Amino acid sequence: MTTLIRKFTVNTVNLPDWFISIGRNFTALIMPFIGIVCFLFLWSLSASYIDTSLGKFPGPSAVATQIGNLYQEHIDERSKEDAFYQRQELRNSERLANDPNYVVKTRSYTGKETFIDQIATSLVTVMSGFIVAAVIAIPMGIAIGLSKTLNNAINPIIQIFKPVSPLAWLPLVTMVVSAVYVSDDPLFAKSFINSMITVTLCCIWPMVIQTSVGVASINSDWLNVSRVLRLPALTHIRKIVLPATIPAIFIGMRTSLGIAWMVLIAAEMLAQNPGLGKFVWDEFQNGSSQSLSRIMTAVIAIGLIGFLLDRGMLMLQRKLSWDKTSASR
Amino acid sequence: MSTFLDISKIDMVFPTPKGDFTALKEVDLKINKGEFVSLIGHSGCGKSTVLNVVAGLYQASKGGVLLNNRHVLGPGPERAVVFQNHSLLPWLSAYENVELAVKEVFSKTMNKAEMKEWIEHNLKLVHMEHAMHKRPDEISGGMKQRVGIARALAMQPQVLLMDEPFGALDALTRAHMQDSLMEIQDELKNTVIMITHDVDEAVLLSDKIVMMTNGPAATVGEILEVTLPRPRDRIALANNTEYNRLRSAVLTFLYEKQRKVEVISNKSATATKGENKTPKIEVA
Repeated sequence: MTTLIRKFTVNTVNLPDWFISIGRNFTALIMPFIGIVCFLFLWSLSASYIDTSLGKFPGPSAVATQIGNLYQEHIDERSKEDAFYQRQELRNSERLANDPNYVVKTRSYTGKETFIDQIATSLVTVMSGFIVAAVIAIPMGIAIGLSKTLNNAINPIIQIFKPVSPLAWLPLVTMVVSAVYVSDDPLFAKSFINSMITVTLCCIWPMVIQTSVGVASINSDWLNVSRVLRLPALTHIRKIVLPATIPAIFIGMRTSLGIAWMVLIAAEMLAQNPGLGKFVWDEFQNGSSQSLSRIMTAVIAIGLIGFLLDRGMLMLQRKLSWDKTSASR
Repeated sequence: MSTFLDISKIDMVFPTPKGDFTALKEVDLKINKGEFVSLIGHSGCGKSTVLNVVAGLYQASKGGVLLNNRHVLGPGPERAVVFQNHSLLPWLSAYENVELAVKEVFSKTMNKAEMKEWIEHNLKLVHMEHAMHKRPDEISGGMKQRVGIARALAMQPQVLLMDEPFGALDALTRAHMQDSLMEIQDELKNTVIMITHDVDEAVLLSDKIVMMTNGPAATVGEILEVTLPRPRDRIALANNTEYNRLRSAVLTFLYEKQRKVEVISNKSATATKGENKTPKIEVA
């Protein structure tokens, strides 16, 4: 009797593993898919009803075409560049063979930057600005968190500068950079420095605030451990304060990286500095029948990259932080 | 021979927005070398404050603490503390937590190999050698407290201060830890001050039970000498008349002489202690 029952249950329940796991993950896997499909449908539906002076508002299919176009342009531009350098090299070696005293001149290629180049420029800018900000903000936040006096002195300044949009700084930054950063053979382009400083200015405040709050709210038991052991100041910071504050530092870093990415696009549009923002602005000024769909492609790329940057920070946090609960979302 | 640890007429006054709050008034206590002393009293009576003054984490407003005839001016590893919430650093493994202490205390007198041996020796003492390289969030509450004790013992303190070391543990684990602690104590003969809420724990472990009156202006109420022979066995002691006499003496003090009116004193304790750690309130 029992064997019969067992046989019966095994036969009915014995579904393949992949089927069970799909069933279990149904909402996690299928719902985002359904959400995206609905969005694409609504988007293409409403796009077909919007007419602008530059043609219809781009729908998903127009964007898909543009992704192909932009990639093809990038490939073409690269092969042009390669051809240019090959020609140059050939020419130089010929002249050198004819005239051994000839001093070889190499000129760099000056073709237009492609969409993918612009993405790379923006990414490099945002990461450099972010890293500079972290290098300044984390030690500053720790110092402010450790000293009440310093906190009282600096806090009003932070509170006033925090709400300022970094774009308001942009004209000042541009003028100061062009006045101060003078060099015949500059290591970085001025436009890069401008964008980078703007990013730094908006990244600093959230990081300083989060770090200092994190330091000020360290578990008092851990501080007592340090006092009982009479840890010297530097060891205290290295062994207790810094690790204890890591979760708070990451909150600040993720917030500021998100803001920085938004601000950078706007700054590039406003100041015509190379990057995705300039791409959007150029296309807008260009005003061809393809412009809107190219801009829409850029919008989606910007969103996707912003999302990936945040995921990247989250992965870094999971790797570095001991507090796994705060790194779960 | 003079006293080893002399807590000499200390007052503790906390300034508050509503005026000064006197937590302790003329607490006077003399402790001999190798003695195990329990501090017992109701929540908020200032037991932790006494311990923190001895540890040097607080400075007494009046009076002072002498250890080996030397005035205690600040915290230091010769007065190691086992905190109530184990207070292990969560980013370090059990071994590294002990290592942090050992490196600070013995970096001049021990080489690397000796330090490693000493760390492992202390973790073995508390039976934690199997989970040495686990982090605090991977081990149970009792195990964390064991590591906390190992860390304190590894400093080779002259006085070991324990702030309700087993308060957060379940009854079974607690009994286990008490037995472990007695074993260690038989071997090392440390001078220990332990805060507790638990009457049985106090009688079982101590040579001397110091009962404190209720705050504000709490002070030493009565001192009870425990002369039960060691090693002590909790099951055998259950029917021991002396054990039961001591137990009822403590209970009488706590629940008849110092009966606590919970509501009022709780309010004043939270209002006046401010950001200081408020002691765990245990409903007995």
